[in-house]
Amino acid sequence: MGNKSSLLLREDEIAQIQNATGFTPNQIERLYSRFTSLDRGDCGTLSREDFLRIPELAINPLGERIVNAFFEESGNDRVNFLQFMQVLAHFRPIKKNSPNRLNSRQQKLKFAFKMYDLDNDDLISKDELLAILHMMVGANISEEQLTSIAERTIVEADENGDSMISFEEFCKALERTDVEQKMSIRFLS
Amino acid sequence: GNEHSPKPEYRIVSVEFTRVETPFLIGIWIFFASIAKIGFHMAPKLNKIFPESCLLIVVGVIVGLLLFQASSVHISPLTPDTFFLYMLPPIILDAGYFMPNRLFFDHLGTILLFAVVGTIFNTMSIGASLWLLGKSGIFGCETPILDMFLFSALISAVDPVAVLAVFEEIHVNEILYIVVFGESLLNDAVTVVLYHMFETYSEMGPSRIIYTDVLSGLASFLVVAIGGTVIGIVWGFATGFVTRFTHQVRVIEPIFIFVMAYLAYLSAEIFHLSGILAITFCGITMKNYVEANISHKSHTTVKYTMKMLSSSSETIIFMFLGVATVNNAHNWNTWFVVTTIVFCSVYRAVGVIVLTALANQFRLHKLDKVEKFVMSYGGLRGAVAFALVLLIDPRHVPLQPMFVTTTIAVIYFTVFIQGITIKPLVKILNVKRAEKRKPTMNERIHERIMDHTMAGIEDILGKHGNYHVRDKFKRFDNKFIRPYLVKDHCGAEPKILETYSKLAMKDALDYIRRNASTI
Repeated sequence: MGNKSSLLLREDEIAQIQNATGFTPNQIERLYSRFTSLDRGDCGTLSREDFLRIPELAINPLGERIVNAFFEESGNDRVNFLQFMQVLAHFRPIKKNSPNRLNSRQQKLKFAFKMYDLDNDDLISKDELLAILHMMVGANISEEQLTSIAERTIVEADENGDSMISFEEFCKALERTDVEQKMSIRFLS
Repeated sequence: GNEHSPKPEYRIVSVEFTRVETPFLIGIWIFFASIAKIGFHMAPKLNKIFPESCLLIVVGVIVGLLLFQASSVHISPLTPDTFFLYMLPPIILDAGYFMPNRLFFDHLGTILLFAVVGTIFNTMSIGASLWLLGKSGIFGCETPILDMFLFSALISAVDPVAVLAVFEEIHVNEILYIVVFGESLLNDAVTVVLYHMFETYSEMGPSRIIYTDVLSGLASFLVVAIGGTVIGIVWGFATGFVTRFTHQVRVIEPIFIFVMAYLAYLSAEIFHLSGILAITFCGITMKNYVEANISHKSHTTVKYTMKMLSSSSETIIFMFLGVATVNNAHNWNTWFVVTTIVFCSVYRAVGVIVLTALANQFRLHKLDKVEKFVMSYGGLRGAVAFALVLLIDPRHVPLQPMFVTTTIAVIYFTVFIQGITIKPLVKILNVKRAEKRKPTMNERIHERIMDHTMAGIEDILGKHGNYHVRDKFKRFDNKFIRPYLVKDHCGAEPKILETYSKLAMKDALDYIRRNASTI
């Protein structure tokens, strides 16, 4: 596939993406040019390496999990443009008059929840929380301290006494947080 | 001979007031202001209708009247020097140190827009309108254009003390609060520059101003603002560094925080830079590092000392404003007072409407109608304007007495009329209120996860937004700054540990309280 042809996006493709994600055609074209610049192999899809070549993302403690979120959408080891856009649509700011299922508060929270939930059982276990804390806090802290932080966090959110945080409990723990603001990016509006 | 010098005798009691006069008067003032403050809190009805600042001004007026009757010397205790050197720094330090950093930097763009463009717009429009009206002869006196601009420069700055005093009581939502309050802090640089600029211009006379003077005004704005900020940040880092070594002498920890912040203020004032910006940024910078270094008890001391100093300064400022009203030789000019108040309110509203329309293009959270209204209504004027108007030299500006009276009138209008009505208005308009509380463990951790996620998504998008910048700074801070300023630097997420230890401490205290008998 030549360099030129990959830069073009057909009208019906744009319409389809617009329909599925709520982005405007203008944004779709802007993001498509970003997509193609990430696509080093010029094959119209992105691989894990394409993502991790972004220097800041490679050192982000959650870098790999964020990348995983894109591949979960696609189900195999390549991400096409539509799937790329569907993940990004979660971060569109919420507008009152145009509801979209991808950028609702619920969906934004779900995305954050997925950062923890490695085994996809819709529960955050103590080990999953500890793994995240390890990535974020780093090595200078004793294991016991991290464990007690994780335990305290779970006790605080856990309501049914299973020592896990379910998605409902997660939402409840964050009900006073302005998720709509915190998980939106202005230039996706 | 011997007759001229009386035989020295030992007296049991002697009266010598002059030696203790100054400290005694200071003590009396502080005592009286504090008593007045207790009084308002004991009178629940009064407290509900009037903001405290109004009541303090009223007490000040009463005291002023008493002094006016009692003594023949009328020296106002509120001189520009006592205000700028002793009463203002504690309030601004308190504001800077307890500034919600995250909120402040998230809305920095909007805040700067209002502080810089908004203040310049207000100064220019008020000055020009007053001058045009003055030409029609309505004020009955000559109104030189530069004197009008000098006056409008000092009257158009929103006052941090008055804004804090009124907004602390009404608890509006945090975005509204930070935008108005941030504006009042950061507009100092603009006010200082415009004030000095027009002061110099009016001494030079309009005919001798050339365009380079205007350009150097612009340059001096950059120097005053950036210089003040840099001085503050440097002193802030220095404070962090010094407290790294205080673990053996815990009792002097609070001293470093207060003295070094004060030195930041003074060293900015030496060069006529913005002291308010310096001490604000000193507080913002030092907090991150100092809190990790000092002991828990020192932290409590710092917190309560700071709150005490700022609240007594605020109390005294409002009381002195009242006292100063009675003591000065007034030159009341009804038309000038009325038009100034009208222009101040109208141009404030116009500025807010235009600038929010501009800011909303770039904001995630759009400022709505109600918020715009509270922003324009919350633009209170206060003691900074009063201290600046006292600094004007009547020999160069013959209209100075009229300016003083008008400034007092504007302050009374904003503090009384706007201050009293803003509380019920906020209720009627149903402005979103703030709920202040400590973050839970879940919120602390999940919100950090969201931050990292958003930073990652911004990197994927290739757009360098807020999250990207914050992420970059945090990484830099953890690698190059914290290790040198913090004694026991542990890990990349000090806030999570802090929240954990605070909650653990609270749990322990609760446990002790509940099981007092077992200990």
